Amino acid sequence: MQPFTTHTGTVAPLRRSAVDTDQIIPAEYLKRITRTGFEDGLFVAWRRDEPDFVLNQPQYAGASVLVAGPDFGTGSSREHACWALLDGGFRVVISSRFADIFKNNSTKSGLLTVVLPQAEVEALWDAAEADPATPVTVDLRERRVTHGGRAVPFEVDDYTRWRLLEGLDDVGLTERHLADVEQYEARRPAWLPQVLPAR
Amino acid sequence: MPKTLAEKVYDAHVVRSTAGEPDLLYIDLHLVHEVTSPQAFDGLRAAGRTVRRPDLTMATEDHNVPTLDVLSPIADPVSRAQVDALRRNAAEFGIRLAPMGDRDQGIVHVIGPQLGLTQPGTTIVCGDSHTSTHGAFGALAFGIGTSEVEHVLATQTLPQYRARQMSVTVDGELPEGVSAKDVILAVIAQIGTNGAAGHVIEYRGSAIEALSMEARMTICNMSIEAGARAGLIAPDETTVEFLRGRPHAPQGADWDAAVAHWRTLRTDEGAVFDTEVVLDAASLTPFVTWGTNPGQGLPISGSVPDPASLADEGERRAVEQALAYMGLTPGTPLREIEVDTVFLGSCTNGRIEDLRTAAALLRGRRIDAGTRMLVVPGSVGVKLQAEAEGLDRVFTEAGAEWRGAGCSMCLGMNPDQLQPGERSASTSNRNFQGRQGKGGRTHLVSPSVAAATALTGKLTAPADLADVPAGV
Ligand code: SF4
Repeated sequence: MQPFTTHTGTVAPLRRSAVDTDQIIPAEYLKRITRTGFEDGLFVAWRRDEPDFVLNQPQYAGASVLVAGPDFGTGSSREHACWALLDGGFRVVISSRFADIFKNNSTKSGLLTVVLPQAEVEALWDAAEADPATPVTVDLRERRVTHGGRAVPFEVDDYTRWRLLEGLDDVGLTERHLADVEQYEARRPAWLPQVLPAR
Repeated sequence: MPKTLAEKVYDAHVVRSTAGEPDLLYIDLHLVHEVTSPQAFDGLRAAGRTVRRPDLTMATEDHNVPTLDVLSPIADPVSRAQVDALRRNAAEFGIRLAPMGDRDQGIVHVIGPQLGLTQPGTTIVCGDSHTSTHGAFGALAFGIGTSEVEHVLATQTLPQYRARQMSVTVDGELPEGVSAKDVILAVIAQIGTNGAAGHVIEYRGSAIEALSMEARMTICNMSIEAGARAGLIAPDETTVEFLRGRPHAPQGADWDAAVAHWRTLRTDEGAVFDTEVVLDAASLTPFVTWGTNPGQGLPISGSVPDPASLADEGERRAVEQALAYMGLTPGTPLREIEVDTVFLGSCTNGRIEDLRTAAALLRGRRIDAGTRMLVVPGSVGVKLQAEAEGLDRVFTEAGAEWRGAGCSMCLGMNPDQLQPGERSASTSNRNFQGRQGKGGRTHLVSPSVAAATALTGKLTAPADLADVPAGV
């Protein structure tokens, strides 16, 4: 996973609530078996059908910080939604509320999800609409979003922050505790379900 | 301290707990399908890792599989490549796979319970958000992303944080023609599509206890549509009887030990829920959605809402966007909405009881001439059972199409898709834009509303059929 420390970029203001993962990337784009190349499916229906859609506007073409309405990422568990955003050039998504699985997936794939109050989301929308070139800095070390002289703190737990700063892979971390896993397995009752042998 | 059922199951699976780090949770059963697993297996290979517990891992083909001509190779080369990748990975890593054509094949959340692998008090994960279905047995079951699939394959554990606890209590008796689907759609409309974020929901109350296992699965299945991490129901005699004699249920002395343990799996008296929601079963009616998320639903007696009546700008915009996509006019009675296609199936409502309910309404009647109806059993097991009961003939004689098992038009990764602008009444779980096919418009309904709608060509409650003659 690519480490995340601090990122400066411009904002794509997505004035929609409850953006579900079927909108971020529809099912037909999930058939790829590699981990990259998902940018073609990113918001594809809105890109195709809605000329005013934010990513169809040239002034937002280079944006790397997506700022969306509440309840971003509801629906399917597809991590492809995070990969599509990363492949589409985004490093950060800001919203007042995320769906759990999406937020969890983002921390595994190196996409930073930042929760800010809706008033701050509106301020970012207004700033990006007034001047699409407005730079925003998202600093994970300092847990702070800065734009136009405003510095807004955000919360992230120490453990997640450390993993993201280091770009660490969870499997490697868990393998350090293999002895605990073995001890747990020795205590499991014999009647628990077993897939093999097939019956 | 008194604990909730979900807390008990969680605590029993903590491998390691250290301040400032997530807990490490043991996973009893890992279900795998072709869409969210290929990159996880690639990750294992790249790191030279193996699957730690193939004996606790089960794979099936469901999302991409065609429902016609199921014994031929898949025609779409991209779908075929994904299914082939699963077959190669299962063979290489020693995982049991139920491929197309196999007796055990079906939607991942239908086959787990059917095989008796889904058991009370266990932890179950799958790279699929509707893993919450298995909570109907009193399991802690939740959907994960592909990085986590890789983590579970490699270690049989997952780093987790404790969830908050929510109770949804439904007391009283459900009126005739009102089903589990209507209950859960009403719950989601009340708390919102992400209203249960961060929570595990326990469904309780006399109306829940009266439900069959199939109906409980319908409810737990859609917990994710309220944003919950998981949803569960305490096991009882209904649960025990469902599992008795299933292929992978415990046997002999093991069965007795397991049942004794299952009987302890209840929320303690005095346990505290962070959030409590209460519904009166007797007040519920058939529910249908009008919008583009599962929280945008109303009783079928209602009308399409008017965005102009909403004070909040964000809400107004959301309703306007939904109605524009759905091609609906504010004030239209929901019963006047004409549908082109009815889809009966999915992990929400593709089980035998759902097919029986719909067949009972269709028996001796013909579906509307301008409407097509697709009936897709959730698994090969469900299909064989339905055929043994003659339900397939009821459907075909009514003019519906009887298909092979899979996810099908729930998400249209196979050829079963809506055309742009086509409108469906669907027993699945998501009415998101384009979910059933580009530009397709979805109304979520129960199996009995689906059948009634197929007969009239408009959204219809089963009780409305009194004046539609049954031909025989
Ligand atoms: S039936 Fe639909 S919701 Fe269920 S697993 Fe398949 S695609 Fe997902």
